[in-house]
Amino acid sequence: MIKIENLHKSYKMGNNTLHVLKGIDFKVDQGELVAIMGSSGSGKSTLLNIVGMLDLLDEGQYTLDDVIIKDLDETKAARYRNKFLGFVFQSFNLINYKTALENVSLPLYYQGIKRKERQEIALSYLEKVGLKEWATHLPSELSGGQKQRVAIARAMAARPKVLLADEPTGALDTTTSFEVMDLIQKINEEGKTILVVTHEEDIAKMCKRIVRLKDGVIVEDKNVEQVLASKYV
Amino acid sequence: MFSLDRWQEIFQTIAKNKLRTFLSGFTIALGIFIFIILFGFGNGLKNTFKEEFLDDATNSIRIFAGKTSKPYKGFKSNRRIEFKNSDIEDIKLNFPFYLEYITPRINRFSISSYKNESNNYSTQGVAPSHQYFEKTIMMKGRYLNENDVKNKTKNAVIGRLVALDLFKQEDPIGKYISLAGVAFKVIGVFQDEGGDNEERIIFLPYTTRQLLEKSNDKIDQILVSFKPELGLKIALIFEKKLRLFLKNKKSIDPTDSKGIYIRNIAQAANQNEQFASVLQYIVAFVGLGTLIAGIIGISNIMVFVVKERTKELGVRKALGATPRSVIAMILQESIFITALSGSIGMLIAIVILQNLGDTLDKFFIRNPYVDISTAIFSTFILIIFGAIAGYIPAKRAASIKPIVALRDE
Repeated sequence: MIKIENLHKSYKMGNNTLHVLKGIDFKVDQGELVAIMGSSGSGKSTLLNIVGMLDLLDEGQYTLDDVIIKDLDETKAARYRNKFLGFVFQSFNLINYKTALENVSLPLYYQGIKRKERQEIALSYLEKVGLKEWATHLPSELSGGQKQRVAIARAMAARPKVLLADEPTGALDTTTSFEVMDLIQKINEEGKTILVVTHEEDIAKMCKRIVRLKDGVIVEDKNVEQVLASKYV
Repeated sequence: MFSLDRWQEIFQTIAKNKLRTFLSGFTIALGIFIFIILFGFGNGLKNTFKEEFLDDATNSIRIFAGKTSKPYKGFKSNRRIEFKNSDIEDIKLNFPFYLEYITPRINRFSISSYKNESNNYSTQGVAPSHQYFEKTIMMKGRYLNENDVKNKTKNAVIGRLVALDLFKQEDPIGKYISLAGVAFKVIGVFQDEGGDNEERIIFLPYTTRQLLEKSNDKIDQILVSFKPELGLKIALIFEKKLRLFLKNKKSIDPTDSKGIYIRNIAQAANQNEQFASVLQYIVAFVGLGTLIAGIIGISNIMVFVVKERTKELGVRKALGATPRSVIAMILQESIFITALSGSIGMLIAIVILQNLGDTLDKFFIRNPYVDISTAIFSTFILIIFGAIAGYIPAKRAASIKPIVALRDE
């Protein structure tokens, strides 16, 4: 599903160049649930941003669903993102003046789906995350866990190939974190490929595979025994 | 490209961000409102100065007689000068190159009555060409003609308000009115753009007036018009020659400033026209300033709006919005708001101007107005600049990488 070869990325900070990713080789198959771990500055978020086409790579090759991702201009990147990827952010990034339902249907709007159909799809995904009754509420009327579930519904609504989650539990308490992870595991069980960036060990253990980054290189890549989040909920 | 979905998206954004919408809309509406009101006031000022001359021919020269202040050729000073019919003929004879029309005018007030109605009106003994000088417009019947002058007929042309005062709803044509006890037949009714006083006048043949005054040949005033194609400079030469000619004829000291008074309407009108055009420049300058202030205002608000929405735009981009769709969304929104509020401001200003009418007369603003094309053009300009002002920050926001826009502060 995702294939990354010899990936390099550096940032210019004034006169200095910060070499963040120093040759990453990395492959994810369909249906995997991968945790990307590392301390801050290890390059884990940069890796996720490149996978998510929110950022460009300097060197190397990136293949997503057998499509080589290169020569990305903003328009092309936007189309790929809309077609292939769903995002979940640490700070939810819901649009605050739109209701939960409208937030979830937004990616469908950019897919050019008709309004009525959009709302039906969005409602079915809200139901999936258990927030059907909250459809008409604004983000400000929702708790942190509910917001993240709306964000997950929004990411899923576009039917992406890959779900990318950047510290999805970073802003949540432990119980809520496990609830969100439970949801992510369930989505993964349906066959969705998911990448989760986290620095929390217990969250990482709920994935099927852990990739550890340190100073821009992969230091460990192993499959783990998945801990089911439902046990804690 | 019309897309109902896009409009729904925009209406939602507008409806959910009322303060923002109100601020930008208000700036535009206020800008266009002030511009049109100012422009209208400027036009009102111009109207006031123009109207002074509107009802009279501007290529005319008026000659009055007075008393001399210097002795000359054996005459004592303080001698009253009087014009006679022969003066008219002499001017005709001596200035054919300059002259267009000439008419005497003998002004008297007389009690005029019809049946039980009576009133005191200004009656003016004139020649047919007088119609040209006052720009008299005939509503009914005819003006005086050469026959009336030659035969000293007792025909009268009455003003619209005279007809209204004396005849009410009755048709005055062919009826007889009494002027100081003498019966005159009404042959015409006129109107004049110079206001009410100009429509409370009765015109008679000047020869008839002279006949009634013991068959004299005295004239109060002479009205002369020069050929318009001569222009102001030659008109001034004409005026000078005319003065010399008349002073010579009436034996007045050439250096005497009294005796004969000549008022050149052309010169006064010319000065006023210059004043009016200076006014126009000032109004245009102030209006332009207001428009620019409006444009700067809308630019500021657009920068603020786009900045406020940076994160939202980042989210939209992460969800698959192309830069083009982001720009289109912001532009469409801002054009919609500016067009709507601009039109509202324009309409309110136009309605206010139209209802003002003569209420600001004492501030020399008469009938302030703005022509529709100027109003629409300036609103259009503001919308265009509003769009440009929105485009620049929108383009920048659209080119920001979503990763930057989404970065937590």
